[in-house]
Amino acid sequence: MSDFEPKVVAFVCNWCTYAGADLTGTSRLKYASNVKIIRFPCTGRIDFMLLLKAFANGADGIIVSGCHPNDCHYTSGNFHAKRRWIMFKELMDFMGIDMNRVTFSWVSAAEGAKWAEVVNETVTRIREMGPYVSYKELVNKTIEEEVKNE
Amino acid sequence: MARIGVFVCHCGENISATVDCGKVAETIGKLKHVVLSTEYKYMCSDPGQTLIKEAIKEHNLTGVVVSACSPRMHEPTFRKACAEGGLNPYLCEMANLREHCSWVHEKNELTTEKAIDIVRTQVEKVKLNSALQPIKVPVTKTAMVIGGGIAGIQAALDIANTGHKVVMIERSPSIGGHMSQLSETFPTLDCSQCILTPRMVEVAQHPNITLYTYAEVESVEGFIGNFTVKVRKKAKSLDEKLCTGCGLCTTKCPQKKIPNEFEQGMGMRPAIYIPFPQAVPNRPVIDREHCTYYIKGKCKICEIVCPTKAIRFDQPDEIIELQIGAIVAATGFDIKHADFFPEYGYGRYKDIIDGLQFERLASASGPTSGVIKRPSDGQIPKNIVFIACAGSRDPAKGIAYCSKICCMYTAKHAMLYKHKVHEGKAHVFYMDIRSGGKNYDEFVRRAIEEDHVNYIRGRVSTIYERNGKLIVKGVDTLLSSMPVEIEADMVVLATAGVANSGAEELAQKLHISYDSHKFFAEAHPKLKPVETNTAGIFLAGACQNPKDIPDSVSQASGSAVKVAALFSQNELTREPLVAVVNRMGPPLHSTCVGCFLCQAVCPYQAIEREDIKTRDGKVLKSLAKINEGLCQGCGTCVALCRSKSIDLHGYSNNQVYAEVVALLNEY
Repeated sequence: MSDFEPKVVAFVCNWCTYAGADLTGTSRLKYASNVKIIRFPCTGRIDFMLLLKAFANGADGIIVSGCHPNDCHYTSGNFHAKRRWIMFKELMDFMGIDMNRVTFSWVSAAEGAKWAEVVNETVTRIREMGPYVSYKELVNKTIEEEVKNE
Repeated sequence: MARIGVFVCHCGENISATVDCGKVAETIGKLKHVVLSTEYKYMCSDPGQTLIKEAIKEHNLTGVVVSACSPRMHEPTFRKACAEGGLNPYLCEMANLREHCSWVHEKNELTTEKAIDIVRTQVEKVKLNSALQPIKVPVTKTAMVIGGGIAGIQAALDIANTGHKVVMIERSPSIGGHMSQLSETFPTLDCSQCILTPRMVEVAQHPNITLYTYAEVESVEGFIGNFTVKVRKKAKSLDEKLCTGCGLCTTKCPQKKIPNEFEQGMGMRPAIYIPFPQAVPNRPVIDREHCTYYIKGKCKICEIVCPTKAIRFDQPDEIIELQIGAIVAATGFDIKHADFFPEYGYGRYKDIIDGLQFERLASASGPTSGVIKRPSDGQIPKNIVFIACAGSRDPAKGIAYCSKICCMYTAKHAMLYKHKVHEGKAHVFYMDIRSGGKNYDEFVRRAIEEDHVNYIRGRVSTIYERNGKLIVKGVDTLLSSMPVEIEADMVVLATAGVANSGAEELAQKLHISYDSHKFFAEAHPKLKPVETNTAGIFLAGACQNPKDIPDSVSQASGSAVKVAALFSQNELTREPLVAVVNRMGPPLHSTCVGCFLCQAVCPYQAIEREDIKTRDGKVLKSLAKINEGLCQGCGTCVALCRSKSIDLHGYSNNQVYAEVVALLNEY
């Protein structure tokens, strides 16, 4: 398992975490290259079905990060994301997805070092957990069955 | 059929030192729909941009991915280059190979692999981009300034002097605000009224300014450049055109025992009153709450004595509707009043007053004509104690912030006292002296060194009365926390500056955010201190946080420039990255079911209801409709929409799903 390199997708908002990750770069802080960032205008834009889509496509871990409470560029998008996340977490738990595969955090545009920490901590955790295939297999099996039934 | 061009930038060596740019360009060049994949040392340089422009024409590109630095850095640059090359600027995307890859990873295979993944994602995204046109909205070139204090006055005059119309709304009967109450101002000790009243008159006489006093904002609709504001003009019970401001009514009014707000309750006023002699406009209003006629149904003495027959007892409140392009909120602050300091005996002892009351005592036009007399018996206090930070910087009182102005005005008060009562002794209890500002610290030193004000570093625990004296008990922390006891004749509390009453309601009407202390929130604490998060609404003065006069005036001028810049255009251009309701096919067949959950989550009130009607006006279906002028493109509605009927330009569902799929799958 030592050579396992997890695939981690990060869904971040443009105004805080994306800018924070830019700052990590400008400060030349190093972090694991396993993480790849997808930019959204706001965490409020993040449809949590995307998380399932990512798992179905083989993501081993996911980071969702945006502005700290009260700092949202759009006033309240991060609160909506947080609420949605609380609901979604229950659903994921019910579906048997290990919650440790998802990191939900607030990283501001000034927290370049925190972004590196969040990434490294997540990658280390996911590396220990090993690859995540069960959801992907489940989805593929469902599709296969549907194709067969047709 | 998509024809994508990919341009990989070396950024000197910033990217190429860790990422194998040649390999990236080569690998990406093999992808489907990529017709050109090339690398260059500096894409953002003039030759780099020319390369893109020429490639667009030569290869007939339908999309461009510039793989370079952060889009937060150069997205506008490359979108502009694409536009110049004849490609819609919104068909250009950036892959962040520098901040998110080369700068944060070591040089190895994995880093180059990651760079390829990042570019691939953007290639898949840009295939789904659509050509967008900037949104144009018209601008109504009339500004509204809410609040007629020094900040509002400055903003209004500055905007009016650029040639634009200004409407000023002030809820009290006169403009002037707190500054009109002040005696003298720090650090120059010039008379407040002398520098303020000429500006008040200028506001009243300026051909571009319309002044509504005794008026309040009722509601605000619309968006930047196009606000519709309803203003309630409270009934002054007076025909302003007929009134000459002679003031005869105010002298004859039999009801004379109403605490005067302008004098901070230290004087009395009649029910029909002009707030202060230099008021603008210099016309009385009837305080209907206290007027004998409105209470008992008879009196009307003012009506009888009025030489021009201007009194109108039956005058109703009037609601006027105004078309406004930009709004400056300058509603100022208030200070904490009685009952907030039981430990200091405020409210129990008459000779414990707040800073604004002391201003009135020291003012030549005040209730004592500028002689410092204590309220209880009119004696001149021989021993006076000033307590700084009364409430401020005290989390236990719920006010953790520094009120900023108190250190300076306390020094000023102590000085004014010493200048008026030469033999008197002035003591100041303080936590720290915060006198940052031009000539501010020198001013405080002058109070200590030249006027011999006794500064004691320590807090006061309690004040009580003994033999007609106020016993102030505190500590001197610079003398090993020795207990200090002072027998004072009068105590002045520099109480905390707080948000003005009604600030929260106004913020909600304006749809601007405010902090936990109800001060209005700026768009960015450092780089956008004048803007709010709502486009077209700006801040000036102490409504944002306690500020002194120079800061308020500077910010007001800043907000005026923002308004003038807005009004310099006939049409506003906005990024078209806004939400859109799926309206493929006839509206009746839209997937939108009209649940309007989106309306509830939209922070900008940008979602409107559109009724689809039959010819005879029967409503068949209600659909959500996005107001492009209001939408800021956060996408909260998109993620929430149950039927996936709303999408966001630039971050559409198709695009983000394509990104996720591309990122995780082999190519």
